[in-house]
Amino acid sequence: MPIEEKDIAKVAQLAHLELDDEELKVFGSQMAEIITYVEQLNQLDTANVPPALGGLTPEGERTDSARDDEIVPSLGQKTALAEAPDPAAGHFRVPKVL
Amino acid sequence: MPVKTVEQSIIAAEKLNETLNAFLEIDREGALQRAAAAENSDGPLAGVPIAVKDNICVLGLQASCGSRILGDYHPPYNATVIERLTQAGAVVIGKTNCDEFAMGSSNENSAFGPVRNPWDTTRVPGGSSGGSAAAVAAGIVPVALGSDTGGSVRQPASLVGVVGLKPTYGRNSRYGLVAFASSLDQVGIFARKVEDVARVLGVIAGRDSHDATTADVPVPDYVASLTGDVKGARLGFPRALFGEGLDEEVGSAVKTVVDVYRDLGAEIVDVDLPHAKYAIAVYYIIATAEASANLARFDGVRYGFRAEDTPELRQMYRRTRAQGFGAEVKRRIMLGTYVLSAGYYDAYYLKAQKVRTLVKNDFLNAFENCDAIITPTAPSTAFAIGEKVDDPLAMYLNDIYTVTANLAGVPGISVPCGLSSERLPIGFQLLGPYWSEPTLFRLAHAYAEARPFTERPPVFAPSA
Repeated sequence: MPIEEKDIAKVAQLAHLELDDEELKVFGSQMAEIITYVEQLNQLDTANVPPALGGLTPEGERTDSARDDEIVPSLGQKTALAEAPDPAAGHFRVPKVL
Repeated sequence: MPVKTVEQSIIAAEKLNETLNAFLEIDREGALQRAAAAENSDGPLAGVPIAVKDNICVLGLQASCGSRILGDYHPPYNATVIERLTQAGAVVIGKTNCDEFAMGSSNENSAFGPVRNPWDTTRVPGGSSGGSAAAVAAGIVPVALGSDTGGSVRQPASLVGVVGLKPTYGRNSRYGLVAFASSLDQVGIFARKVEDVARVLGVIAGRDSHDATTADVPVPDYVASLTGDVKGARLGFPRALFGEGLDEEVGSAVKTVVDVYRDLGAEIVDVDLPHAKYAIAVYYIIATAEASANLARFDGVRYGFRAEDTPELRQMYRRTRAQGFGAEVKRRIMLGTYVLSAGYYDAYYLKAQKVRTLVKNDFLNAFENCDAIITPTAPSTAFAIGEKVDDPLAMYLNDIYTVTANLAGVPGISVPCGLSSERLPIGFQLLGPYWSEPTLFRLAHAYAEARPFTERPPVFAPSA
């Protein structure tokens, strides 16, 4: 499946990346090369192979991660906002949405 | 004498950083205070100075991940591994340079300039944990933490001549490690001695309620596994991996290691990993897919950099990410978004997860006949800065020997085994079954005792 420039522009939009024409061109050809490389996986018949999803080790899969529903301290408003680029009145302020 | 040891480390870091660019932050004042507090510690790492990759959260220090989008971000908490190291008396002296968000094999993708290899400052130290690797190799610190998603601890360890471990997936906590590819990431350890790696793993390993992927598996006494005895150990030799694409000098050095193990009484058995050649393709689908999701959080709202003059929200997201991320990170987010997008998910992502099962099964089958597998760690010695920057695919192929362990979740360790004719370090890698760190340590330590690597790079701390 060859990648076209309009595909690259669409992917950039999905990924929330503003790319200029030069970047679209360079990424386009590099991505096409990488996609061609990964398509070697099609040489393998995987019809009866289950995908490797979830925990990697049997012990990891067996580990019960549930915990008691206890109240524990959280960051708090002041700390949570301390690194925000534009905090205002105890909130994260963003540019207008509409 | 924690304060004196820590101060020596800081002096060395400050002095050598102009040459190496290994540290993004050196915390002289804070580290000396923590060292003074550690004077009374009876922990197993009391007063040991330690360097930490800049994608692992340390309270009070920055966590830039080598990226402009985080810049001088200061996390409000300690990673679990840092919490445990601090409890044990270790003293963090600073944060080390790395490829942006741990994406790279040369450290050239850092927004803050490349790290230089202490053996030859015109060459890369490997990546992505290049700063941590260089800091240990140059004798600044005895131990450093990195993260290993596709070889980012083992490959730089090999290129700078130190020991580097990627533990079993779930062996230690990822809480406070900035996520790149969550099903592959593990915090790893650099040291000049196998014993030090073993000691540090004993401190940081174990279940953590903050990371649901840590496994409930007892933590053994790793130092006790360093018996020096490898008689009867079965070492798997995957002949097919010693062919095309491998530098001749590296190949012959690692084959010599196999001979040393044979002389020490290990049994060498042939093993086959028939799907290893597909590992890079699988890796660059799965890692980029996970990265595209994990890096969606960097949007200029809650922390880090925000682009200026963006009156509308979506434009702010797009411009912030365009200006905040470097080329490699953008490329991987794009690839990951593409392989997950409607119409391509089955063809790429699902296919890759199926082949991942085959890669994993290769290991399960091989480990029925051997206790560990030996391979080169990297296909070549350290390459020149700039040599591969314009060819992403060539750069990715650096990880050919290391990515399989991340895909399968098994542990791997890189151990130095000499210098090339250009006086550049060569490393070999041992891979073992799940939770086999004691076996890897025993084998690595026995080799290091039999053939000590005592050479020092030209750039080396005078105090060490």
